[in-house]
Amino acid sequence: MSEINPDKIAQLIAEAEGLLNSAEDIEQLKSLRSQIIGDDSELTKLNASIKDLPNDQKAEAGKLVGQAKGKISSRYAEVEAKLAAEFKNQQLKKESVDMSAYANLTQQGARHPLTLMMEQVSDAFVGMGWEIAEGPELESEWFNFDALNFDQDHPARAMQDTFFVSPLDAKLVLRTHTSPVQVRSMLERDIPIYVLCPGRVFRTDELDSTHTPVFHQVEGLAIDKGLTMADLKGTLEHFARKMFGEEAEIRLRPSYFPFTEPSAELDVWHPQAKGGPRWVEWGGCGMVNPNVLRASGIDPEEYSGFAFGMGIERTLMFRNGVLDMRDMVEGDMRFARQFGVRV
Amino acid sequence: MRVPLSWISEFTELPKGSKPEQLMADLVKIGLEEEQEHFFEVTGPVVVGKVVEFVDEPQSNGKTIRWCQVDVGESEHRGIVCGASNFSEGDKVVVTLPGSVLPGNFAIAARSTYGHTSDGMIASVKELGLGDDHEGILVLSTLGLDPEIGEDALKLLGLDDSAAEINVTPDRGYCFSIRGVAREYSHATSTKFTDPAEIDSVSGSGFDLRVEDTSPIRGEAGCGRFELVELSGIDASAPTPAWMMSRLKLAGMRSISLVVDVTNYVMLETGQPTHAYDLDLVTGGITVRRAAKGEKLKTLDGQVRELHEEDLLITDESGPIGIAGVMGGNSTEVSDNTTRVMIEAANFDPVSIARSARRHKLPSEASKRFERGVDPLVADKAIAKIAKLLAEYGSAEITGFGASYFPEPAEMKIELPVGFASQLVGVDYSPELQKQILEQIGCVVSGGETMLVNPPSWRPDLRHKTDLVEEIARIDGYHKISSRLPVAPPGSGLTQNQQLRRKLADFLAANGMVETLNYPFLSSEENQLFGERRAVRLENPIQEDFPEMRTSLIPGLMQAAARNVSRGLVSGNLYELGNVFWAVSDSNSTASFPDTASRPQQEQLDALNSHIPNQPEMLAGLSFGDRQPMLPGESSQPIDFKMAIDQVSSALRVLSLSPNLVNAENPGLHPGRSADVLVQGEKVGFVGELHPDIASEYHLPRVSLFELNLKMLLEMVEPVTASAVYTFPAATQDLSLVVDDSLEAETLRQTLVEGAGELLESIRTIDVYQGQGIPEGKKSLTFSMIYRAQDRTLTQEEASESRDTAVALATSKHGAELRGV
Repeated sequence: MSEINPDKIAQLIAEAEGLLNSAEDIEQLKSLRSQIIGDDSELTKLNASIKDLPNDQKAEAGKLVGQAKGKISSRYAEVEAKLAAEFKNQQLKKESVDMSAYANLTQQGARHPLTLMMEQVSDAFVGMGWEIAEGPELESEWFNFDALNFDQDHPARAMQDTFFVSPLDAKLVLRTHTSPVQVRSMLERDIPIYVLCPGRVFRTDELDSTHTPVFHQVEGLAIDKGLTMADLKGTLEHFARKMFGEEAEIRLRPSYFPFTEPSAELDVWHPQAKGGPRWVEWGGCGMVNPNVLRASGIDPEEYSGFAFGMGIERTLMFRNGVLDMRDMVEGDMRFARQFGVRV
Repeated sequence: MRVPLSWISEFTELPKGSKPEQLMADLVKIGLEEEQEHFFEVTGPVVVGKVVEFVDEPQSNGKTIRWCQVDVGESEHRGIVCGASNFSEGDKVVVTLPGSVLPGNFAIAARSTYGHTSDGMIASVKELGLGDDHEGILVLSTLGLDPEIGEDALKLLGLDDSAAEINVTPDRGYCFSIRGVAREYSHATSTKFTDPAEIDSVSGSGFDLRVEDTSPIRGEAGCGRFELVELSGIDASAPTPAWMMSRLKLAGMRSISLVVDVTNYVMLETGQPTHAYDLDLVTGGITVRRAAKGEKLKTLDGQVRELHEEDLLITDESGPIGIAGVMGGNSTEVSDNTTRVMIEAANFDPVSIARSARRHKLPSEASKRFERGVDPLVADKAIAKIAKLLAEYGSAEITGFGASYFPEPAEMKIELPVGFASQLVGVDYSPELQKQILEQIGCVVSGGETMLVNPPSWRPDLRHKTDLVEEIARIDGYHKISSRLPVAPPGSGLTQNQQLRRKLADFLAANGMVETLNYPFLSSEENQLFGERRAVRLENPIQEDFPEMRTSLIPGLMQAAARNVSRGLVSGNLYELGNVFWAVSDSNSTASFPDTASRPQQEQLDALNSHIPNQPEMLAGLSFGDRQPMLPGESSQPIDFKMAIDQVSSALRVLSLSPNLVNAENPGLHPGRSADVLVQGEKVGFVGELHPDIASEYHLPRVSLFELNLKMLLEMVEPVTASAVYTFPAATQDLSLVVDDSLEAETLRQTLVEGAGELLESIRTIDVYQGQGIPEGKKSLTFSMIYRAQDRTLTQEEASESRDTAVALATSKHGAELRGV
């Protein structure tokens, strides 16, 4: 009986299995590899002895040894994979940390809610095909007053507490409203004009919880054929609903502005107001005064237009519950961070 | 304008028991906005009492009190302690009984004082809130009153009245009168209206009056009407009746004397300011004229005023005795001894009065009305009303002496096509309705397809057909206007700059920076910290210390940072996207304005714009404290210049631009940690650390900062043209060169880029080393380079060859030596 018989082979396989099982980690397995399947293994020795067998036994022995080698090799691979996985798991386990102990690497950034709100308003109008117009904050009185039908001697000119630039002869002011941008738009653009003018404006009020000398407005202007106060009302209604929800309503009350005739104060029905739905004073509006159209070279007999404006600070206050104007001007990071990048 | 309810009820019908709130709610509908309510703050049992007897009781503190027995119409007299002594037994007085409350929430109760139980209080005019007089208690006979004992004194004195205050817009001067507000109320509620001016007029003749105007302002004569009427035999010391006092008080005016009170009262009622002269103090006749150079006038408030040639004056033979429509003179003032007064009721040009009032800083009740336009037809009616009241309360008589100047005013006719109002408002107004509304507000309407509308004398604001449209729309009601959303033509959305600005702002916020909107007002010292741009100065700054407009965004950010630090927020990154203001040479010169009747010529617009200072948009950022906070296992990393460099390059990446930094001192910055930011070869800003001296002045830690001219940057933005992304393997090489200490890393890097040729994909400066192995005055700069070929796998030899040519160029240009790696 040759040394290479099925019993012997089975025994060798069992021994190899024993060695495989004895390996506790991948390192140990590697150190046993030679004994199990390499040069130092019984099987390799047996294999080498095949050449000494009689020829008629060689094939059978070769097959037996080959099968055993295959079996042990694949078992080795299995165990190796298992131990490798275990090793990796242990490695990862060692790297575990208390994730709850860590916070931001960087400071928390934020946009200012006033600029965010101006963007929100702009988007509502851009969605209707309007464009966003801009102009200088330090303006010529001609654009800020004269072209807007503020007669130099009319008391309306004193209604807006104006910052004047030295020397007075240069007739420069910090714009008291964004309306000069409307004048510039009428002078520069072709009719029909549908523009929105958001921006910073200035009046000589001391800073307190409800006033600030520097604030923001958004004004709209439409010049077209056949525009009426109904168009003004429809536009404001749409805008109000974009800002305050679908249940918002608007209401107009007669008023006076030099640049519009008829003029109106605008109230909005704020369905989500703190303390329950109510009417809130929101802004001013009206049909563009023919004198304003004329100063910009637009024939009031052919075209009509409407304009409206409201304060962004005020809107933010009553819509988003800001209680003190000072929070909006002081640059305290905690204020803006409440809003992040949306308002 | 404050409107006492009892007063307006004389001319229109208020519902019984009306409150100011209701009146204001009705008035707001037609455009008179509510302000607030006014009450006398007196409630409870306040009655007429008679002092039956009293005993003077000297006190140990030196005072003498009176222990009075007062009949208030009850079965028994009340014992009341009184500190005043200006009354006699039998006088009727006002008794505030326990349970009543006086102004200042002063509750009256029976109380023990000076050894008695005082069962109420005898009140003074001041205690009742009727006036300022606190010289003893109010003896009713001094007001000419003899009421029943026990009568309700609140009612008697008009203290049960209240007033609604409304905001009068500048176009509605006529609403600075009870007459005007009552008329508007009748429009709002469709109630009847009785015009207080519907009375017989009074005028005089025989007095020497001359009205002249040698230099009208803007072509308008200064005086359009001047009425003078003498009232004689007047008892100027007679008391003002209580009902008038209470109405004046509610209307916000102080009671002064009978004559003054009556003229004020009639002004409030009719809207016509008037003036009373002591006729015995007027020298000769009166001339209305413009001031001559150098003339002076001592006005009623005792001030001597230098007059201006544009001031319209009332003069007599002695010189100026009043600035027309603004304030009377001191020399002809009515006193208690006056017996003959000359009442003036005039109509002056609004512009002339407005300028005088502004010039002399005298915004009076009279000037406020004249500036907005006074009904020219009401002057004689106002005089009639004054004469009637002074006859009744001051025994005055009309003598017929006086003068009248009243040239026929030009007639105003406005053409209103019948379809125009509907066209502008979007409501279908029938011709009948339009006519009815216009007549209701006092217009005379004629004509057919085009109505000819003659506005009433009290509405100088109605000048154009659109003014009439507003009247039609507001009287019919704005609530009748429907809604229609107009369709704008297709727009082009946000402009590229608007989009990029938003992307930048969002990016910076996402990158850990907080957007701030700082005031643009700075001191001139702050404006000079970061440069020497010529600043724009304000004529009337909010704070004298901050009279200039910012030339840089940095000082505003420093203030905001300091505020955060003082509130315990010791680390942060702030940014601002906003305009700065740089004066231009034309900003100082006198601007001349084009007419507004038509579009100005382009040259005129250009001239206007050339005065306007440069206002470029800037982006600035400022960081302080820690870049990274302390974390378990890691120490915190304090902020330094690297933060700002990172912010600048990241921000520019948003615009697809890349900066070159060139070491350069910039004012206000740490001299050794400051660089110019160059883009496309142009300086667009600076970056670095705040000078430590400035930081400590603002109580700030180490601060990194940058400021970029965003306007310039936005102009540099170009469309992105993509190049292919090559996927052949890259070869990476590090390279250290020893160069002179003075050589900028960026310069050397640029040279290496130039020398390496097109195989070099990217190169970064990764180390600067000085110390062991590097000679004095030299430094070692290490670069990490990535090479890649577009069409093949690069061999190490090719990469080395490229590196060698780069080094060769660096050696020839800068004397760089390869350092062993």
